[in-house]
Formats: sequence, C-alpha cells, structure tokens
Amino acid sequence: MNENKTEAQSGKLLEVKDLRVSFFTPAGEVKAVSGISYDLNYDEVMGIVGESGSGKSQEAYSIMGLLQSPGKVIGGSITFEGRDVLAFDKKEMTAFRGSEVAMIFQNPMTCLNPVYTVGNQLIEALRAHDKKITKQEAAKRAMEMLELVGINNVQKRMKQYPHEFSGGMRQRVMIAMGLICHPKLLIADEPTTALDVTIQAQILELMKDLQKKTHMGIIFITHNLGVVAEICDKVSVMYAGKIVEQGPVDDIFYRPGHPYTMGLLRSMPRVDAESYERLIPIEGTPVDMLNPPEGCPFAPRCEHCMKICLQKMPPYVELGDNHRAACWLRVQERLNEKQGEEAVQNG
Amino acid sequence: MAKYVIKRVIMALITILVVACVTFLLMMSVPGSPFNDEKITAQQMAQMDAKYGLDKPLLVQMANYMKGALHGDLGVSLKMQKDRPVLEIIAEKFPLSAKIGVIALIWAVVVGVPLGCLAAYNRGKWIDSLLRIISTLGISMPGFVVATFLLILFCNEDAPFSFLGIKTIFDESQGVRAYFMPCFALGLYPMCYIARLSRSSMLDALGQDYIKTARAKGLATPKIIFKHALRNGVIPVITYLGPLTAFTLCGGFVVETVFTIPGLGRYFVQSVQNRDYFLIMGTTIFLATLVIVMNLVVDILYKVVDPRIDLAKGD
Repeated sequence: MNENKTEAQSGKLLEVKDLRVSFFTPAGEVKAVSGISYDLNYDEVMGIVGESGSGKSQEAYSIMGLLQSPGKVIGGSITFEGRDVLAFDKKEMTAFRGSEVAMIFQNPMTCLNPVYTVGNQLIEALRAHDKKITKQEAAKRAMEMLELVGINNVQKRMKQYPHEFSGGMRQRVMIAMGLICHPKLLIADEPTTALDVTIQAQILELMKDLQKKTHMGIIFITHNLGVVAEICDKVSVMYAGKIVEQGPVDDIFYRPGHPYTMGLLRSMPRVDAESYERLIPIEGTPVDMLNPPEGCPFAPRCEHCMKICLQKMPPYVELGDNHRAACWLRVQERLNEKQGEEAVQNG
Repeated sequence: MAKYVIKRVIMALITILVVACVTFLLMMSVPGSPFNDEKITAQQMAQMDAKYGLDKPLLVQMANYMKGALHGDLGVSLKMQKDRPVLEIIAEKFPLSAKIGVIALIWAVVVGVPLGCLAAYNRGKWIDSLLRIISTLGISMPGFVVATFLLILFCNEDAPFSFLGIKTIFDESQGVRAYFMPCFALGLYPMCYIARLSRSSMLDALGQDYIKTARAKGLATPKIIFKHALRNGVIPVITYLGPLTAFTLCGGFVVETVFTIPGLGRYFVQSVQNRDYFLIMGTTIFLATLVIVMNLVVDILYKVVDPRIDLAKGD
C-alpha cells in the first residue's frame, strides 16, 4: 500500500493538456478556456492569476466536472494520477469530487447551507465518501478538522448554524470541509477575496500550514499577486482563456517575460515603493470573448504591440527553467540572440 | 418563544373581536329577519324578536352577544335547526369538511412539491413545459368547473369511468370512492399553485452557492436536491400553506355544494341565505379562529425549517 503511494507520488498529480472549454450561448461560442496546459506535482502550490473573465475559474470547474451548462469541455485532456478525468462517468465523478479533489470558493458567506448546522455539513462531506463510518466517528473527525483549522470550542460550534459564524470562520469551516476526506488536490477559487485583509492573511497562513502537513497539491486561483507571492511555488498567468506566461514564482516576479504580467506587477501596490510612485493601470478593457481578436489577445492593450502581434498568436518561448511566455517580443529577442551567436561563430 | 406565542394569542383575540364586530354590523344592516314568513303575524314576529333579544338596540345586542361568546356561548340557531346551540352544529358539520380538506391538502403538497422539484431540475426541457401547462390549467380553472368535469367523467350514465359507481350525491358509506371527487376538486388548485411555487423557489435554491459546495463535496444528485435545495426551497410553500389550510379545512363552499356534501362550508352559505344570525356569527368566528391559528402554526414552522429566523425579534 505504502509502496504504491510513493510510486504514485513520484509521478505527476495533475496534468492538463491543451484544455479547451467553450460556452455555447445564443450569441455564439465563447471560448472561455482555449488550449491551456500545465502540470502540478504533489506538495506543490500553483497560482492561476488573471483578471475577471479570463477563464481561470472555468478551468478549475472543468477539473471537478462542475461546469454549468452551456459550458462544455471541447478538447484536451485532464489526467489525475494517470487517470483520465474527462472520461469519468457520473458515478466516478461523484466519487472523485470531494474525496480526491476538494474545492473551496470565493464567498464563504453563501457557500454553506444556511439551514443545516456546521457539524451536519461536515459530517455529510465525510459520509458521502466513507459509507462505513459511524455517525460518532464522523462527528469526532469533523471536530478534529475544526480544531485543525483553528476553531475553538468545537463541541458547541458543531451544533451552530452558519449565520452564527463570521466570514473568516466560515472560510475556515469551508477549508475543514474540503480537507476532511484528505484530498490530494485542493482547488481554491479566490478563497480570500471576500475577506478583509487581516483575515485574509490568517487564512493564507492556515492554508500554507495545512499544505505542509498534508502534502497536497493546491491550485490557487486569484487576481491578487500579493497572495500569489505569499503562498505559491509557481504561477500561470491567464489572459482571455490562454496562459500567457508560466513559471516559478520568483521568475514571474523578478523576470516577467510577458507585457501583461509586467502590467499586473506595475499595477500592484508595493510596500517598498517610493511614496510619489503612482500605480500604473493596464490601459484598455478585457477582450470581447465572443469575438476574440486574431493573434495575441493582449495585443490591443499592449504598449509594445507590433504588426505580427495582431496577426498571429505567438508561440511559447522558454525563458528559463520551466519559465515560458507567449510573446512575439521574446521570440524576436531569441532570434536576435541566435543571429548574434551565428555572427560570432561565423566571424 | 413562549413570550412570542402569548403575544400572538393576544393579537389573535383582538383580531377575532374585530372580525366579529364587523360581521355583526354587516349582518344586521342587511334588511329582513330570520323569521320572515308570510304566515307569521306582526305580533308573533315581535314575540320572536323579544325571545332572542333582537328587539334591543343594535349595540346592546352586539354587547350581549360578545359577552356570551366570551363565555363560550355562541347562541342558538334561529331558523335552520331551531334552538339548537351553534357550537353543537359546528361540531357536527366541521369534521366532514375537515376530513375532505386535510386529504385535499395532503395530496396537493405530496404531489405539488415533487412536481415543482422535477420541473426545476429539468428546467427548459419538455417535462418542465408539460408541467407548466398542467399547472397553469389547474390554476386557471375555477373549482366548480373542475367539479363539473369530474361529474361528467365519473357519474354520467355513459361516462368513461361510470363503472366505478361513484354516486353524484356524496355518500359516506361509499368510503374511499366517495371522497375521491371532492378531494381531487378541492386539491387541484392548491396542488398546481404549490407546484409552480416550489418550481420557482427550487430554481432559486439550486442556483445558490451552497449547491455548488454540495456538488463539490461529491454528494449524489438526489441528496443535493432533496436535502440541500428543498429545505430552502420549501419556505415560500409553507407561507402559502397557512391561509390555504384554513381555506381547504372549512371546505370549498363550491365543492361542497356541487357534490352535495353536508359539510360546514355549504351550511355556512345556507345560514347566510336564511339570515340565521347566530349561526352566521358562530361560523364566522370559528373560521376566523382557524385562519389565525393556522397562520401562527406556519410562523412557528418557519423557525423549525429555517434556523436563521428569530421569532422574538422584529415583532
């Protein structure tokens, strides 16, 4: 059993290849996710960063099989521990959700059912996947989980309803609920966005802590680069359904290769900035997803936009170890370097 | 909780008093008398009036009646069952109406709520459209039309279901068969209304974030619908049940009339036609009490279904 586990852990936890998700609306096809690829190992935290409508949540929902109609996965593959998630039937998917992959959502105020006690909802999550466990055992586990996420007085808390919890406490309950079946992957969809800053920090601290204890992989969806720096090992930057840059967190912050990433970084408040420095917003508006432009989707807003950017989608350029960006600027740089090298060799 | 109930009971008493006064005045403002009869002489008439205290000034009459009512004496029937206490008559007539009402109510809820859930879950599909057509039909058809249709279907000589042998006139000795038509006719409208109500509230509940959470937990679909969505979706239905219960319990007047059921509803209408003053008053007070009690029960039920509701507050 243990050997199997180590064998499994040596492989990839999650591999997403060329995933495409479209929404078929009366107005036309919206390509919410158009061909993204990444992989995630055990014990690794990946951030997915992007603005509203960039497809980052839809991409996560498709892993869980939670895409709402008219959304559909129309291509690519999702492989979880060597198994093809997209080929799961309904029953397999239900068993997969919650036990192997858990998800926590943006708004803890509305994500717990108001008419059931917190204990009831925690126990239910456990018993959905472990049919043999008795109610007493399940209650005991639920209380352990609540303690683990830093909730005091659990005996009493178990019998309380969600409206008797504060926002931060509810998010803790959500995390406890997500982790109660020991999932190997946790998808956190903007878990701190609806919370105020001090609570945000506490929740991040808690997640980091739990990640170290459980060695699960985490996909952390956010639009907040500060949060990414705090918790992630690597980052995928999404724009208009595509990953425009991807790499280790340090590379993204210190050597960004895509103008969009640079823009995001410039628009982020920094503690070490000079007081007179203003935040620089990214000009323009997000792409109309019904009529995406040909070429690079960011081109219309890009300050370095060239003719080719408007015509053809740039390929990925390797910028370092596992660091790549899709930008014609980088392609050109690479060409210039090559020419230079050749010139040196020839000369 | 106890404080809340006491408060509500006091309010209920005031409401009943107001209802009684208004009814009394309205009733008395209608010309004519229970003793109207061609054969009766003016002197006999005056004697009768004196016997039942109808010769006194209106306000004195009203005060006397209220005093009696507070002591549990709702007077006697003046005409229809001469000199029989009103309470006795209600006690005799109400159980049958209540029986039919309860059965109608039960089938309306037991069928209506699941149909609503089914429609909500299959939103936009053919089954949703079909249910919408049925429920719209049921809502727009008045009770007497439904009742008449039933008579045509079951009771005519050449009716398709005449072999069941259901009698046109309600006959309790027929057992289940006797109750089928009135209960169906009485429950059809509430059933359709409940189906529509629960469809829309279930749609609302199914779109909530906690349903997403439930799905992400890996719960099976029936559990998501019947545990997580229904408990929230059923709240508007409960609101509707309060007044509805009172309405069905005292019997659709119409349904009781069409099927000739000797229930309280039909008797109430007859008592109005006959100007049987104390019988009208007694029945009205009884029905008003029923409505108020049902509303109180519903409000307490709220608290059971939705823990967020605090009965003591905001009242």
